Amino acid sequence: MLTKAKLAGLAAGVSLLAMGSAQAVEIEYWQYVFDSRVQAMDQLIAKFQEANPDITVKQTTFPYADYQTRVVAAKVAGQGPDVVQLFYGWTDQFVNGGLIQPLDPAVFPHAEIESDFFPIVSAMKRGDSYYGLPTAVRSLALFYNKALFDEAGLQPPQNLEELVAAAEATTKRDGGGNITSAGITLDMAGQDHHWWREVLVRQNGGEPYDAEGNVAYDSEAGAAALKFYTDLQTEHKVGLVGFMDEGQAAFRAGMAAMTIDGTFRLGAFESNPFEWGVVELPADANGMRSNYSSYFANAIGATAEGEELEAAQKFLQYISSPEAMEIWLDVVGELPARRDVALTDKNLEDPILGPFLKGLEYAQTTQFYDEAAQRQTAIDMVNRVLLENQSIEDSLSQAAQAEQAIIDQARQ
Amino acid sequence: MPSANATSQTNPARFSDRLSIGTKRVIWAWTFLTLPILFYAGIRFYPTFQAFWLSLTNWDLLRPAQFIGLANYQKMFADPIFWKVFNNTFLYLIIGTPVSLVTSFVIAFYLDRVRFMHSFIRALYFLPFLTTAAAMGWVWRWFYQPVPIGVINGFLSTIGIAQQPFLRSVDQALISVLVPAIWAGLGFQVIIFMAGLRAIPGTFYEAARIDGLGEWAILRKITIPLLKPTTVFLVVFSSIGFLRIFDQVYNMTTNDPGGPLNSTKPLVLMIYQTAFSSYQMGYAAAQTVVLFTILLVVSLLQLYVLREKK
Repeated sequence: MLTKAKLAGLAAGVSLLAMGSAQAVEIEYWQYVFDSRVQAMDQLIAKFQEANPDITVKQTTFPYADYQTRVVAAKVAGQGPDVVQLFYGWTDQFVNGGLIQPLDPAVFPHAEIESDFFPIVSAMKRGDSYYGLPTAVRSLALFYNKALFDEAGLQPPQNLEELVAAAEATTKRDGGGNITSAGITLDMAGQDHHWWREVLVRQNGGEPYDAEGNVAYDSEAGAAALKFYTDLQTEHKVGLVGFMDEGQAAFRAGMAAMTIDGTFRLGAFESNPFEWGVVELPADANGMRSNYSSYFANAIGATAEGEELEAAQKFLQYISSPEAMEIWLDVVGELPARRDVALTDKNLEDPILGPFLKGLEYAQTTQFYDEAAQRQTAIDMVNRVLLENQSIEDSLSQAAQAEQAIIDQARQ
Repeated sequence: MPSANATSQTNPARFSDRLSIGTKRVIWAWTFLTLPILFYAGIRFYPTFQAFWLSLTNWDLLRPAQFIGLANYQKMFADPIFWKVFNNTFLYLIIGTPVSLVTSFVIAFYLDRVRFMHSFIRALYFLPFLTTAAAMGWVWRWFYQPVPIGVINGFLSTIGIAQQPFLRSVDQALISVLVPAIWAGLGFQVIIFMAGLRAIPGTFYEAARIDGLGEWAILRKITIPLLKPTTVFLVVFSSIGFLRIFDQVYNMTTNDPGGPLNSTKPLVLMIYQTAFSSYQMGYAAAQTVVLFTILLVVSLLQLYVLREKK
């Protein structure tokens, strides 16, 4: 009894001491709720606090659906986070709204950022300042169901022609001609709009946006890309928009032979009850490949100053460090944002990570102004062709106009 | 003047004695009413007027609001999507309200005569009303899927009818969303109609039967006219419900909210997206003002049409 009481007293004393030294700084880190990301961040915070006992980091999370609203509302209320996670496509809104501050070049030298990180980090640059750094980046690849491919005696496709052939060979239909297992998932609301924009349009010799960031896909190349996509449903009948509700659901259920998705899906697909593989997005007839890469960056909140700013800078340095990136890769499965951490022989030879990493080398990053609204224009473009029998060219022009209007509105 | 001061100082306690009972009652009533009135003024009326003001600004949450006159309204009335959504909102109302009221009346009318397992059947009708709209939306969304997982299409294929696209069709989607919405509200309307039917004195029916009126005449001359207060309540209540429809639409079309091609988008969903996805608060407020006006006009119109004729 006595020893227990002593121990309790000792513990109380120690914790009091600890409180005395930790009174220094507390900073707040915000991100959205996603199990593995929150876990990874908990680990990073624990390691960071160990190395910096005078700093405490409090992690606050919100559901993805109202994450942005919360950040904005907190700013209106005058109590934003010190370090905040944001999608690179929100940067304009966050910078214009005064939610985040530019990174001090003395702490985060530009030359180092530009040499160490993948070039897509430039999407965080506005004027002469960087506004955030990513821990991890994502790219797209083609997932395929090995069981369905073996059944059809096929190898995973390397180019678009092989993709269509493989989709045709793996599609299963019932007596009424209805698809019961799709060759490839068609889901513009998922990742397909990126595939269309940054990959198919380019492979057809066009470009989605011009140098000023205006819509440039209302061209023959754009039409050819859209035709290729919608033909998968209308001509080849190897997929059906809305089949199994969502593309990823169809693939997970083993009812689609192929799907295009990102690194962030690896965790969800891990428990698939069948063997699956990953290959690079198919090349065009000339072997030309492209990819879409995106990331969530961490930025410093506009309200951080003095001690808190210093602590926030230290924390941001840590979570963008090679060590943090390795932890993030292990826990979340997302690719490191620094070249030398990502492009190791071990990672490149990894059958799952390899194709994604190769994709990063030639990936494009779309400059979004209002990602949800711009995605909607792509969804509607395909729907007009599939549901209203609008011609490819008309639907494409209408989409280009609608998207340009969103861009113009955002630039005001 | 000094004498006046003296009186008020010497008789402060008698102030209440000088008031009549009627005045005291009024004071008491207002004392109790103060709290709800303050609450409503703060929680309901103030934001409503604030919304009218916001609709004249370009507030985007981040930058301070600037007065821009009627620009939001101009933009809205020039936007074909707004008119599509406006049209959808009225389709929900014009199809939803009569169909749900007629169905629930027929059910209530016959259920009222059923003695066998009466409470159980009534409970069955009421159950959907207790279910969360989100859960219901998702279950119906899967019902409507193409084969191999969609129950309805699975049934259609087995009896040799072609698959229907349902939620993936610009023509069928709105009706497909409306069906579960009607079904969900049915239980409530049935209960209210049955209460209304029970409230009609049995003597009226007896007198009518003695006078030799047929069932149809009884229904037309006695039941329906005497049910008027119930009907008015349900018409107004369900109209407002259909004009504000959101949960079912949003949950059944989350991947492409209000889609495909805005064919199911109601005004409330458009307001939600404008405000919380694009952060155009001023523009969203202008849409809210339109919704407010529609709700007001429709409610007043219905009260006028269904008023007691004296």
